[in-house]
Amino acid sequence: MRITLNNREEQIDKEVMTVQELIDYKNFSFKLLVTKVNGKLVKKDQRDRVIIRDGDKVTVLHLVSGG
Amino acid sequence: MTFDQIKQVISQKTVGIAGCGGLGSNCAVALARVGVGKLIIADFDVIDESNLNRQYYYFDQVGQKKSYTLQDNLYFVNSRVEVVAHDKKLGTADIKRIYKGCDVIVEAFDLAEMKEMIIETVLEKMPGIPLVVGVGMAGWGDNNSLRTRYEGNLYICGDERSGISEKLPPLAPRVGIVANMQANQVLEILLKGELK
Repeated sequence: MRITLNNREEQIDKEVMTVQELIDYKNFSFKLLVTKVNGKLVKKDQRDRVIIRDGDKVTVLHLVSGG
Repeated sequence: MTFDQIKQVISQKTVGIAGCGGLGSNCAVALARVGVGKLIIADFDVIDESNLNRQYYYFDQVGQKKSYTLQDNLYFVNSRVEVVAHDKKLGTADIKRIYKGCDVIVEAFDLAEMKEMIIETVLEKMPGIPLVVGVGMAGWGDNNSLRTRYEGNLYICGDERSGISEKLPPLAPRVGIVANMQANQVLEILLKGELK
């Protein structure tokens, strides 16, 4: 499938995957993430249920401390 | 737009700022200087001497509450701005209540966990209100890594990489840049669609 990840097009050799599978696939190992699929917030406990399909727009924001 | 026209628009607007540290205090000062009508600020902390390396406070204010002290300092910057200050550690319910009527909300917390909390709260419970967050501004140098991206109503300012640590402290220049990027993004949102 072809998705847009953080505003960048990305080809992934899988038909569908969950948000958590995408995080693992991309080796996003950070502790605190905010994830959105097609503009909708996907909370931590929903990441292994929400499915990403061809054409979806995914945002992964990695949070670090400081301010 | 002339500055008078800009002021006319933004003097009708309310901006919420969550946190009065390095991001919040500097962002609030920038927005007060250009004349935002109302600022709603909140923080539970007191000013520590170590904060003075980046936060908009003075030496003789060490030990005082950040929220009320920032309110005082903003009064000296621009007395025409209405400032509502809350001395409070914010949770989901507080954010919904305190920032309900805001035109834009600025995330200015220090801890990543708090950033996550306010992002989830605003995206889920207050979806119509733009949220401008600051992520990644520790250390020094590397100006060009600081940027803004947005996805829907969520605007992210910073390098999204540099978390604070003992060897990578938060310092006035980079924190100030990101605080002012947030203020600049707020202005862009408030002035969008107004006459040029």
